[in-house]
Amino acid sequence: MIEQIIFIVISLFTLMMGWIVVSNNNLFHAALALMASFLGVAGLYVMLDAGFLAMAQLLVYIGAISILIIFAIMLTRRMMQTEESPFNSQPGLAGITAVSVFAVIAFIFWQMREFWPLGAGEGAMPPADKSIILGSVAKLGEYFVSPDAFVLPFEVASVMLLAALIGSIWVAWPKTEDES
Amino acid sequence: MSFSFLEFLKSLVELTTGTYLRQVWGAKPWVDPTLDAIGVILVATFGLLIVLVLIWLERKVIARFQDRIGPNRVGGKYGLLQPVADALKLLTKEIITPSGADKWAYNLAPFLIVITALMMWAVMPFAPGVVGVDLNVGLFYVLAISSVSVVTVLLAGWGSNNKYALLGAFRAVAQMVSYEVPMILSLLIPIILARSMSSVDIVKAQTVPFAIVVPISALIFFISSLAEMGRTPFDLLEAESEIVAGFHIEYSGMKFAMFMLAEYISALFMSGLFTTVFLGGYRFFGLEMIKTASGFALGNLIGLIAFFVKMFVVFVVLVWIRGTLPRFRIDQMMDFNWKFLVPLSLALILVAALVDKALPVGVNDWTRAGVHLVSNVVVGAVTLEILRRNGRKQRTAHEEVRENADIETAAAH
Repeated sequence: MIEQIIFIVISLFTLMMGWIVVSNNNLFHAALALMASFLGVAGLYVMLDAGFLAMAQLLVYIGAISILIIFAIMLTRRMMQTEESPFNSQPGLAGITAVSVFAVIAFIFWQMREFWPLGAGEGAMPPADKSIILGSVAKLGEYFVSPDAFVLPFEVASVMLLAALIGSIWVAWPKTEDES
Repeated sequence: MSFSFLEFLKSLVELTTGTYLRQVWGAKPWVDPTLDAIGVILVATFGLLIVLVLIWLERKVIARFQDRIGPNRVGGKYGLLQPVADALKLLTKEIITPSGADKWAYNLAPFLIVITALMMWAVMPFAPGVVGVDLNVGLFYVLAISSVSVVTVLLAGWGSNNKYALLGAFRAVAQMVSYEVPMILSLLIPIILARSMSSVDIVKAQTVPFAIVVPISALIFFISSLAEMGRTPFDLLEAESEIVAGFHIEYSGMKFAMFMLAEYISALFMSGLFTTVFLGGYRFFGLEMIKTASGFALGNLIGLIAFFVKMFVVFVVLVWIRGTLPRFRIDQMMDFNWKFLVPLSLALILVAALVDKALPVGVNDWTRAGVHLVSNVVVGAVTLEILRRNGRKQRTAHEEVRENADIETAAAH
């Protein structure tokens, strides 16, 4: 019961911060709210016993991506001009997209209603096996390099990252004199 | 089971008070949350109070390095109460908010930086069984939280509305983000050796301390943790002659003290982490496991003392480095990181993983340690050889240029 309340509070926090991200005039504050929203998502992962995912969320989204975003904002000249509206001319289209995505998710959840872990009577979900949760990190590592599991997508992703790295070095490489 | 004061004292010495109270109170729904809360308060208070000792220690040790006496008036001959006086002075100072400051960012930063510094202590194993929480992603948790502290530095630098603060924050972020890379890479090797990311499991796996098994990784971790904390020789973030005081220049009074607090808490934490990961944590030649004939776990106390002694030795080494080494230049610092530490630690990971896989299963811990040590020394020797060749090449190129210049000037005369 307490866990559910905490879960709902964290979800509300995440959504509220998300609202601030899109509605705040000050870009810097919006970036901070984005960070807080990421933090809320990490909290949700913790509540769902996915510790590794939560830590990855912190390290990647708050520790790296948000900092990148803040740097980009600081290097943008007109960021402190707060008179401009943060909304563009497509609220209708965005609204339709949001509602339809929500409808799809709600539909899926409704289809899965027999698995809902509510209530203690017959048909309720048995509590998760703690040993599976504790061993999940090791399992994840094995699956990443196992040919029966995710080795191909894992390697494809790493090749893509390598390409991005090489590309960024090539772009940032100082031009030699005969080129300029 | 009823409460007995003698048993309670015994459990205090044995460091199993939580278990004892749980037995006394029985299985009631409020017991676990209460004990957890007490644990959190204890660890946080420890983190905050130990800073008083650390400041005194650092001032005293630095003073000795500089041929001074250091604090010697407040609180007796050794100036033991000096940090208390400092803290009181800081509490009485006015807290100024500069005009044009971003209020949210400016006021949030000092609190967040202390919170992140304290949160890291949650996974530190102080003695056998005495750990805030034994996460199966313990070291990953530490890295994640320390990457959040980068954000707080940026908040402080931006929120102050001061160009020195912003420059200091930029430097700090560049440095912390860069040195995170070799730090994570060098931490991976103990994780490979212990086959776990949990700090408790890593201590348990160290029959031979990992500082002996993989000395070069230990050194890389130590150097990059120095940079991560922004301590000398990597104190470019508060280089007085260049950017006055760095990202916390606009802070005064207790808010400034919060930054100092966080700095010392994380300095001690890094010493503790080095102890845990590379020096065997609370292990002390098996003495940490002994029990008296009556089943009294005296070893826990020995483990605690061993851990603290090791941690403070590492901390004094930090102070020693601060007292003796000059500051890096910013380009040297970046070159050193990206062109030396990162490639070296990548090579070390490759070698460690291959060697560990090549060893047969069930091999003796000492043999395994020996093989790893040899491979580490070989990698080190190869690195030195490469550095020597590079250095010689640069030197000869330089000399040729100079000789040519000499010939030209001679011809001109």
